Amino acid sequence: MTDAIAHGNAPIAPAAQDARSALAIMRWLAPLAGLVAIGLVWQIGGLVLAHDPRFAAFTGFAPAPTLAAFMRLLGSGEAWRAAAPSLARVLGGLGIAFLIGAPLGVLFGSVKLIERALQLPFQILRMVSPLSWMPIAVLAFPTWDGAIVFLIAAAAVWPIVFATAAGVKRIDPAWLLVGRTLGGRGLALVHRVVAPAILPDLLVGLRLALGVAWIVLVPSEFLGVTSGLGYAINDARDTLSYDRLAALVLLIGLIGAALDALLGLIARRVSWTHAH
Amino acid sequence: MQRMSEVEIDIRQLSYRFDANRALGPVNVQIRRGERVAALGASGVGKSTLLALVAGLKSPTSGEIFIGGAPVRGPSARATLMLQRPALLPWASVSENVALGLRFNGLARSEPQRAQARVADLLAAVGLADRADALPHELSGGQQQRVALARALAPQPEVLLLDEPFSALDIPTREALRADVSRIAQKQGATLVLVTHDIADAVALCDRAIVLGGNPGRVTADMGVGDEGVEYLTEALRAA
Repeated sequence: MTDAIAHGNAPIAPAAQDARSALAIMRWLAPLAGLVAIGLVWQIGGLVLAHDPRFAAFTGFAPAPTLAAFMRLLGSGEAWRAAAPSLARVLGGLGIAFLIGAPLGVLFGSVKLIERALQLPFQILRMVSPLSWMPIAVLAFPTWDGAIVFLIAAAAVWPIVFATAAGVKRIDPAWLLVGRTLGGRGLALVHRVVAPAILPDLLVGLRLALGVAWIVLVPSEFLGVTSGLGYAINDARDTLSYDRLAALVLLIGLIGAALDALLGLIARRVSWTHAH
Repeated sequence: MQRMSEVEIDIRQLSYRFDANRALGPVNVQIRRGERVAALGASGVGKSTLLALVAGLKSPTSGEIFIGGAPVRGPSARATLMLQRPALLPWASVSENVALGLRFNGLARSEPQRAQARVADLLAAVGLADRADALPHELSGGQQQRVALARALAPQPEVLLLDEPFSALDIPTREALRADVSRIAQKQGATLVLVTHDIADAVALCDRAIVLGGNPGRVTADMGVGDEGVEYLTEALRAA
């Protein structure tokens, strides 16, 4: 037996090494292949539209005019002007959802009686489409912005509540027991033990909430506001600027994916569950 | 040399009712400062409950417990607990785990250098000075239990409560950890109360043993543990 084998460092056969390299390259290429496939479907759709006179007005949806409009959106600063108010509304809605959802989730996960009392009403409320609240939101809030932030918060609160509750239930009781015998009380125990323990679940909830909030945002911005991505989409439709409309759809998708990736990155950095 | 004349733990007419069919007490035990006492008995007799009562994690149905003359009204760092499982915080490094009690008692904030030195001393004492930055999952079971020992001793408790801390360890690790507990607790002057099923743990670590038996659980034997300890204890446990 060679030293390398004895120490678990056996040399890798060239064929196996080649197979590993090929696998690594394929892993990198897979997302690119997915994008190319989507692009092809899009291009075919564009060609179909271009060859049918009934859809002549919609040729702006094809990749080439869309990408040209997308570059104009970026170059003129319109992309940022449309995205900034939307991001502010999503941030506001998510913030409110977090402030309400995280403590509620802690209560829901830690007090059996509260869980029993609220399980059914929460499940009923969770299944109501957030947009169903639109008429009530319009009546209840003096500004359109307030109504939109409310709708986003109403959509985003549930993933946070349930993910936080799941995190609380997963806390090892021994951590709390030891913490208490070491003199941990109230907020100090929450800060040192409970909060870090539930953080990975909380971030999963926040990521799900962001997805829901971003989906609810555009139809919410069809309400009376004169700014934001939803308004810009409406405006593009009204002015028959279909290339701009498609570019805005692309922008919404890209921003949403970037925000999700950012939260995913943060979640991976602070998560301890993979090591536990 | 420790002063062993003063009473550290005074358990007076202590009773605890688990349910309609099971109870502990009344129990009367006095443990002197620096003494090392093992509590033995059959499963379910109430040994761990007695420990939880002394730790202030449970409230007695009747009776009182005093530590250093003050009544136990709840958990405090005067009596810290080491469990069968290390129960380390998996997101915190070894040194952060050891420092947990020092954060709770404010020393880590008021005197950070002293707190750091204390953590470093304890890690050196349990042979883990070079693993201060490691995460718990990077350590072996025995090493994790050593970190739990350092964590329990960091706030300098008057009493160290051990709830079968060696039972999940292999024999060499168990013997090494027993030696660590004995050495460090003696250095700190902490009073030890060990709950165990294993007479060998009691004989190796303690100078006195109380045996609990019956229902309601009571002290059926209270003896010094000398060279002939194993024989006497075995007889007492059989009788209980």
